[in-house]
Amino acid sequence: MRIVVCIKQVPDTAEVRINPETNTLVRDGVPSIINPYDLHAIEAALQIKEKLGDVTVTALTMGPPQAEDALREAISMGVDEALLLTDRAFAGSDTLATSYTLSRAIQKIGFDLVICGKQAIDGDTAQVGPEMAEFLNIPHIAYVKAIEEISTQGIRVQRLMEEGYDIVEAPLPVLLTVVREINEPRLPSLKGKMRAKKAEIKKLTHTDIDAEEDKLGLTGSPTAVKNIFAPEARKDRKMFSGSPAEQVAALVEELKNLKCL
Amino acid sequence: MDYFLTEEQQMIRDLARQIAEEKVVPVRAELDEKEEFPTEIMKVLAQSDMFGIFIPEEYGGLGMGAMELCLAVEELSRACLGVSTSYAANALGTYPLLLFGTEEQKKKYLPDIAAGNKFVAFALTEANAGSDAAGIQTTATKDGDYYILNGTKQWITNAGEADIYTVIAITDRSKGARGASAFVVEKGTPGFSFGKKEKKMGIRASVTRELIFEDCRIPKENLIGREGMGFIVAMRTLDQSRIGVGAQGVGVAQGAYEEAVKFARQRVQFGKPVISFQAVQHMLADMATEIEAARALVYSVARYIDSGAKDISKASAMAKVFATDVAMKVTTNAVQVMGGSGYMREYPVEKMMRDAKILQIYEGTNQIQRNVIGQAIIKEAAKMKA
Ligand SMILES: Cc1cc2nc3c(=O)[nH]c(=O)nc-3n(C[C@H](O)[C@H](O)[C@H](O)COP(=O)(O)OP(=O)(O)OC[C@H]3O[C@@H](n4cnc5c(N)ncnc54)[C@H](O)[C@@H]3O)c2cc1C
Ligand SMILES: Cc1cc2nc3c(=O)[nH]c(=O)nc-3n(C[C@H](O)[C@H](O)[C@H](O)COP(=O)(O)OP(=O)(O)OC[C@H]3O[C@@H](n4cnc5c(N)ncnc54)[C@H](O)[C@@H]3O)c2cc1C
Repeated sequence: MRIVVCIKQVPDTAEVRINPETNTLVRDGVPSIINPYDLHAIEAALQIKEKLGDVTVTALTMGPPQAEDALREAISMGVDEALLLTDRAFAGSDTLATSYTLSRAIQKIGFDLVICGKQAIDGDTAQVGPEMAEFLNIPHIAYVKAIEEISTQGIRVQRLMEEGYDIVEAPLPVLLTVVREINEPRLPSLKGKMRAKKAEIKKLTHTDIDAEEDKLGLTGSPTAVKNIFAPEARKDRKMFSGSPAEQVAALVEELKNLKCL
Repeated sequence: MDYFLTEEQQMIRDLARQIAEEKVVPVRAELDEKEEFPTEIMKVLAQSDMFGIFIPEEYGGLGMGAMELCLAVEELSRACLGVSTSYAANALGTYPLLLFGTEEQKKKYLPDIAAGNKFVAFALTEANAGSDAAGIQTTATKDGDYYILNGTKQWITNAGEADIYTVIAITDRSKGARGASAFVVEKGTPGFSFGKKEKKMGIRASVTRELIFEDCRIPKENLIGREGMGFIVAMRTLDQSRIGVGAQGVGVAQGAYEEAVKFARQRVQFGKPVISFQAVQHMLADMATEIEAARALVYSVARYIDSGAKDISKASAMAKVFATDVAMKVTTNAVQVMGGSGYMREYPVEKMMRDAKILQIYEGTNQIQRNVIGQAIIKEAAKMKA
């Protein structure tokens, strides 16, 4: 069985600020990490490998050359191989172009199962996984919180819903997007880190994946960004502190003062 | 300070630090309070290959040495000595097999130990034999293809949790110090059980317990080394592992010092952060200086051991004494710098101070270490005259 895990390198948003003049992210000096949800995707793949044995786990990312660091980290956790899609032609991709490009690569690699994170913490659209499934012409199950059963034939999972969860079955191949509840990602191992240091990261460009050029990058991206702005910070607010009980009491008092209660 | 660590050594230190910060620090107070063995943390350490650091590659380890083990131990100790004691005692229990085991014994046990599938303990001490190890009374009597063990080992770290025990017992009392032998005993062997769990002052995440042998029959293949080599096995094992206790000292001292600095910057009295008072600065200055001196000594000795040096007793005793005395002093002063807050369980330094005390006691008290150093000095002086 071959599992492809799609991982995205993102800025550690805990440390990202927005430049109020230009309304763009201040990325200088902000460390890059693997999108946290994608760590859960890697862990899910590794657990399936441990369970079924005969499984190859491939980590795939599309990004600038430095996204190689994210792939090495994935190897140090235990994935078997790593591929980097990197090419000027991919620059400016929106989610449609991103998922087209990734799906071309996945088609090329071959797959039985594709696992993605629920969403990226920077882009936040949660579109790439399901869009890829469309391009690959396979079913997808989003928001997977547990894998109940898996064989080379099919899979049964729990899909997180607002209240409770659904149990969903699908034949392979299928694409999953996973939520945090599914597992606790492992830390890297020493042997993994040593392997990662030496590992060769294969790089793919648009010619390696037989992609149609007009579907790539800016040209292939129908989304147009009209304006990016940070919502103005409102100053007329009041914060309550203390225990929850004290906070509620203070809030009720305040609402009474405002004649809302 | 830059200790010119290799890339691999940095990797070990960084990963051990990550494990310590992410998996140990959040639970250390609770483990201490509940006197609970850190099963989950041991699993993480296993998955990260931390148990294989000093085991040769041919047995599934990473094939590194004392220096690399010290780096891992130091980082874990910076977070919690209870956790690092459980981890380090595993190495202590493994050394007899590594240093004296037969090829079959190594093949049988080391791969599981390296992978963290099996956990190990070392058993020398008894009620009447602490510093005076020659006073042990546990016996191993040969009976055909078996040895039969009888007796009780006391204060054994990892007892009950470990799967494999390296045990020193008397095989021929008439031969005195040459009458002891080392054995490997597996958990679950009939006649082998565990006694009471000790309630301790510190390192409460580690378990300390009795081993009880009542006509416990083990195959003769479980003898480590030759009959009569028991104390040689024990002493070589302790010489090899003692540096790890030094690394524990450096780690816990570093952890306490960092807490003290952090606190002293924040705590305001007389209108100023207390770190601005020279008396406090001087305490911190001494702490930082002594920690660095201890670390330099521990790393030098670890590298000396890894160079394959034969005569390591004196050097390893020096590193153990110095670094653990520093640990006791620094953790005590960390409490002092933090005043009443330091004494409260809300902050980690009172635990560090309680924990640090054990380092001056186990694997040979610091008095005994000074005896070892003293003996070596006498020997060296005699040689110089000749
Ligand atoms: C008009 C437009 C222009 C853009 N231009 C640029 C640009 O020039 N440069 C730029 O960096 N970004 C650009 N972006 C952002 C980029 O399109 C998105 O970051 C990307 O499509 C992923 O979307 P997301 O972050 O919402 O991921 P989500 O859909 O939230 O991610 C879900 C999951 O999909 C997988 N995934 C997502 N992205 C990747 C990836 N790259 N590789 C592997 N797996 C992945 C992961 O498993 C992830 O957990 C642009 C977006 C738009 C709309
Ligand atoms: C928490 C804990 C965990 C332990 N884990 C293990 C383990 O895993 N395996 C194991 O085998 N043992 C273990 N031990 C035992 C430990 O190694 C002994 O406690 C230690 O060697 C000291 O022996 P003792 O406690 O009997 O002290 P004693 O030998 O009774 O010493 C009492 C005092 O007399 C001093 N003293 C004794 N002899 C001399 C001398 N000749 N010169 C100067 N001073 C002397 C000592 O320094 C000490 O101050 C552990 C002990 C503890 C407390």
